[in-house]
Amino acid sequence: MFDWLHIAVPPAPLFFAQLLVGLINGAFYAMLSLGLAVIFGLLNIINFTHGAQYMLGAFCAWFLLNWLGIGYWPALIIAPLIVGVLGIVIERLLLRRIARLDHLYGLLLTFGLALIIEGIFRQQYGSSGQPYTIPSELTGARNLGFMFLPNYRAWVIVASLAICLATWFVIERTRLGAYLRAATENPVLVRAFGIDVPRMVTLTYGGGVALAALAGVMAAPIYQVSPLMGSNIIIVVFAVVVIGGMGSILGAIVSGFALGLVEGLTKVFYPEASSTVIFVIMALVLLVKPAGLFGRAA
Amino acid sequence: MRRAALAGFAAALMMSAAAQMDIAQAQISGDTVKIGVLNDMSGLYADLGGQGSVEAARMAVADFGGNVNGKKVEIVSADHQNKPDVGGAIARQWYDNDGVDVIVDVPTSSVALAVQDVARERKKVFLISGAASSDLTGKACSPTSVHWTYDTVALANGTGGAVVKAGGDTWFFITADYAFGHALERDTTAVVEANGGKVLGSVKVPLNTADFSSYLLQAQASKAKIIGLANAGGDTINSIKQAAEFGLVEGGQKLAGLLVFITDVHSLGLKTANGLQLTEAFYWDQNDETRAWSKKFSEKMKKEPTMVQAGVYGAITHYLNAIKATGTDDGAAVVQKMKETPVNDFMTKNGKILDNGRLIRDMYLFEVKKPSESKGEWDLYKQISTIPGEQAFKRPGGNECPYVKG
Amino acid sequence: MTVLSLDRAKPAPIAVWLWAAGLIALALAAPHFLYPVFVMKALCMALFACAFNLLLGYVGLLSFGHAAFFGGASYITAHAAKVWGLPPELAIIAGVAAAAALGLVFGYLAIRRQGIYFAMITLAFAQMVFFFCLQAKFTGGEDGIQAVPRGHLFGFIDLNQPLVMYYFVLVVFLFGFGVIVRAINSPFGQVLKAIRENEPRAISLGYRTEQYKLLAFILSAALAGLAGSTKALVFQFASLTDVNWTMSGEVVLMTLIGGIGTILGPVVGAFLLTTMENYLAQTGSWVTIIEGIIFVICVLTFREGIVGVVAPYAMGRRAHAEPPPEAVEVEEAEVDKLRDVAGESD
Repeated sequence: MFDWLHIAVPPAPLFFAQLLVGLINGAFYAMLSLGLAVIFGLLNIINFTHGAQYMLGAFCAWFLLNWLGIGYWPALIIAPLIVGVLGIVIERLLLRRIARLDHLYGLLLTFGLALIIEGIFRQQYGSSGQPYTIPSELTGARNLGFMFLPNYRAWVIVASLAICLATWFVIERTRLGAYLRAATENPVLVRAFGIDVPRMVTLTYGGGVALAALAGVMAAPIYQVSPLMGSNIIIVVFAVVVIGGMGSILGAIVSGFALGLVEGLTKVFYPEASSTVIFVIMALVLLVKPAGLFGRAA
Repeated sequence: MRRAALAGFAAALMMSAAAQMDIAQAQISGDTVKIGVLNDMSGLYADLGGQGSVEAARMAVADFGGNVNGKKVEIVSADHQNKPDVGGAIARQWYDNDGVDVIVDVPTSSVALAVQDVARERKKVFLISGAASSDLTGKACSPTSVHWTYDTVALANGTGGAVVKAGGDTWFFITADYAFGHALERDTTAVVEANGGKVLGSVKVPLNTADFSSYLLQAQASKAKIIGLANAGGDTINSIKQAAEFGLVEGGQKLAGLLVFITDVHSLGLKTANGLQLTEAFYWDQNDETRAWSKKFSEKMKKEPTMVQAGVYGAITHYLNAIKATGTDDGAAVVQKMKETPVNDFMTKNGKILDNGRLIRDMYLFEVKKPSESKGEWDLYKQISTIPGEQAFKRPGGNECPYVKG
Repeated sequence: MTVLSLDRAKPAPIAVWLWAAGLIALALAAPHFLYPVFVMKALCMALFACAFNLLLGYVGLLSFGHAAFFGGASYITAHAAKVWGLPPELAIIAGVAAAAALGLVFGYLAIRRQGIYFAMITLAFAQMVFFFCLQAKFTGGEDGIQAVPRGHLFGFIDLNQPLVMYYFVLVVFLFGFGVIVRAINSPFGQVLKAIRENEPRAISLGYRTEQYKLLAFILSAALAGLAGSTKALVFQFASLTDVNWTMSGEVVLMTLIGGIGTILGPVVGAFLLTTMENYLAQTGSWVTIIEGIIFVICVLTFREGIVGVVAPYAMGRRAHAEPPPEAVEVEEAEVDKLRDVAGESD
């Protein structure tokens, strides 16, 4: 009677394996929603371009490898820098003009930008992925008993955790972060203290975008470098940010990893629902606590 | 306000009228035979057909002389983006508005089924080279269609049969979740079970998936000896690459690529694709005739042709010959003539088109060469055996086409 | 969201009737010099955009998930016509009913929130509908529902004739459009405008704003469903493209280009976009790039859309003085302050 729920106890190896794969997905959700949360927290802009910037990071790494022979490790630094600079240009030229308007305009503007960027790459490279080889230091897999864990994916989990925690630390525990948080609360007053708020805003946007690009570089060997990779993931990332709380850094990190785990769990018991489960949770959170699990009411 | 708005509205209509005007004109002249090549030009199936199919079509028309019975032959092409609604809308516009007489290629079986519906309703010719689903000559058949190159039954009998007979008696399928994947899984399951094997389970994967990890884990957990990949193009490439990452083969399981094209093997590289067995209708290096034709193709396209592209050439040539013989381009009459005439070209010897539209041809079982055995960039296959047409296309369920009696 | 509050002077009735007659004559003649299926598609998208604009322009709620109603209705109608064998009018009614029911459920849950949260919640619901359509057996997943029969309207009008189908679609469009115009120019419409301008004040006047918003949401959903159902019969196809979130984005673009809060703006936007897509379809992804560019330009400089910008010039001396854009922004800050005072979270 309950066949449809696949409730026959799944083999333990499959259970842990799917959880681990879910954790890998969660790592990307966390990094991307972190960037989004940082940008929303400070600029009050829903950065729909985030997915396209993630894709730009992956393509940047691909260009570096195929045109300049620069490998994965330098690309981890160079690609986010390049895309971050592009982000700063976008902020200066475009986003600043609509800063005073309702933040739904920001959503529409960045949506338009995402269409442009994705369209250009799709025109050039079609919609299937370009291969990006796993860096030689990380090839191979480790036999964990219940599954073979490819070394590269293990690296992704560790690295993204480190990046997320580092970002959280900078924002919550350092002076620079304190300025950022203060500027979110009351930009006029912070400016009165002599702090260059507009520059901070610009750099923050650049930083958030660089985080997205970094996620893109790390995704390149796993998810294939494809113009569609951004739009495939951006809606899920939005859901994650909303669940975590739109301005909350910790919320983004925790919900990112947690929702990856939840997705993995659903794949074990009820695979057909694995794509919808995050949205169901998001709808529930919005109804019960619209500011998000970790968010503060605006 | 209203005035301006209405003016804007009228302007928009005028603009669209202007855009449509020259298209409407084409309808008036019926003195051309217009061939429409419809396939995936930018997505995961672009390599196996794409611009190569358009080039093959051009070669066919040029080799035929550029016109038939005094009528000029024209080629148009479009990208259906693997979306049935896009493909169906293009087919509709081509047949109804643009004077296209025949649509060729169309990989992605869901799109092919949509185009076939449009073609059947209008009694227009549809020559299928790229799509695989056996339903195109089964329950969804059409009297004005010819399924030219291969289908899921042939793949099942070919690769499926060979693998089962070699001892692979438990299977788990990773299936592309649309018409093609379903048909391929169904037909291969029938072959596996007929040969005493068992299917332990399957998982449906959305088309154009980048990350197969969770599906491969399920395949691993099933402990099946054979993991059947009921997908194609980019999906197959990704599945095989990631299966290697997750140690599926080290764990003792074998991959069966049920639909693999030479462009896939070229992408994967001989090391990764080592040992893969596959069924195809054509390989550029089979004999002198295939080599000669492929040379002309590769000079233009800079890569060797796939069976889909070779099939486009063959189908158009046979079609134009039928028009020449009957003196008309009426769909039903031409296809009837095509069915009465045996097919003989560089790719097909003594092929016969059945009443349901299926072209019976020999298929070939190939194996990917070891890196040490290969002497050139495209020297990728060795031929293991020939599967005679009658055997390759034998359907366990018999005829399902409603237009064919008995 | 107080996006646009453009109240326009009403032109002389005789002018309106003349123009309306002229346009309808154009519409009647269209299939003889344009590809009928193209115009039918534009009409369906125009109805969809008008329905969306009802919610955005007149109630001030940006729904990012309207594709759920459009595509959902198209699936129901396709299934009803093909599998249940219903005649076209019943199939369309089934689709509209399904869209309205969805609108009731989603609206009831989403109306409680405002602004960006409302948009996100509608997006979430739309994604759920999308994945349901992807998985459910009856929708055919990636294959879609193909070969939907057009049938005979009322038993004797053969919709398989292109011209007949075209006039049917035109009638449906005019009906839907008429419903919207009637709704806007009624007391109900006035209350909606009041809610859009200043909700706390409307509440203080005694209006049950939640009910009005919900009703507007359901109406918008039902009309979007009408557009989707008709489209399913035109193309004899229901597919995932119609429930994808990119379709929701397209309808936002159409309304934005044409002019949010104007009656004919969405129609203009829909025709423009459909023409552009048709003309540029074979140039690959240029359609997406140009759509993006238009989005960006519209948001930066052209927020009133085509109709909104052309109207004051066309009206000349008869127009009321439009409040300058800066005034609109200051107004928004005031509204926000009032909202804070009223204790509303945004």
